[in-house]
Amino acid sequence: MRLKVLYFAQLREKFGLAEESVQAPDSVRTVADLMQHLGARGGVWQETLGGHLAFRVAMNQEMVSQQTALLDGAEVAIFRPVTGG
Amino acid sequence: MQTEDFDLRLEHQQLIQNDHGIGAVVAFIGMVRDLNLADDVVALELEHYPGMTEKSLINIAQQAEKRWSLQAARIVHRVGKMYPGDQIVLVLTASAHRGDAYEANTFMMDYLKTEAPFWKKEWTPEGPRWIEARESDDSAVARWTEKPSS
Repeated sequence: MRLKVLYFAQLREKFGLAEESVQAPDSVRTVADLMQHLGARGGVWQETLGGHLAFRVAMNQEMVSQQTALLDGAEVAIFRPVTGG
Repeated sequence: MQTEDFDLRLEHQQLIQNDHGIGAVVAFIGMVRDLNLADDVVALELEHYPGMTEKSLINIAQQAEKRWSLQAARIVHRVGKMYPGDQIVLVLTASAHRGDAYEANTFMMDYLKTEAPFWKKEWTPEGPRWIEARESDDSAVARWTEKPSS
């Protein structure tokens, strides 16, 4: 499936990327799968996503969990826990 | 959401309008503090997720309106660069009786702190640093979740 992936705050700075179009293989079905798929790029991707840091994910602008099934064509945003207010 | 500062008096006036059913108004204002992690904050930068932030704040207000009896609720959150002493966020709640306005207001801030897609970056004399989420915010929001019956 094709996904529009957005990175915010620390992640955007680490990856040097605010957004990208990801063509994920059929094996990528959940949010957790996507995180693994991105981590498999190695380097800073593996260090950041593959470590012990907590991440929040939003799909089509709603917070979702690691188990949530991805929707084809969805906008998926990955970020560190929020700090507003 | 907006970059400009907000005016409590104007927001309050707009909130209550001529609703004589309102007996209580509670206002929370979050401000930029001078010290975080014991360094001098020179500036604070608020980043957000355009599109999702508005939905998130509306959703938080709607949840509060479902759980408490409110006449009105409003959230104003600033984004962009701010300085110590500046206002960051305003949460207004209005109800017939004060219990609802107080609780709904606390609930809305607890949820905003853990669910609304904003990220703070501090500019200190040593350079920029992203602020990490606090465990105390997670504990605060947990108190609003009903315990499952066994």
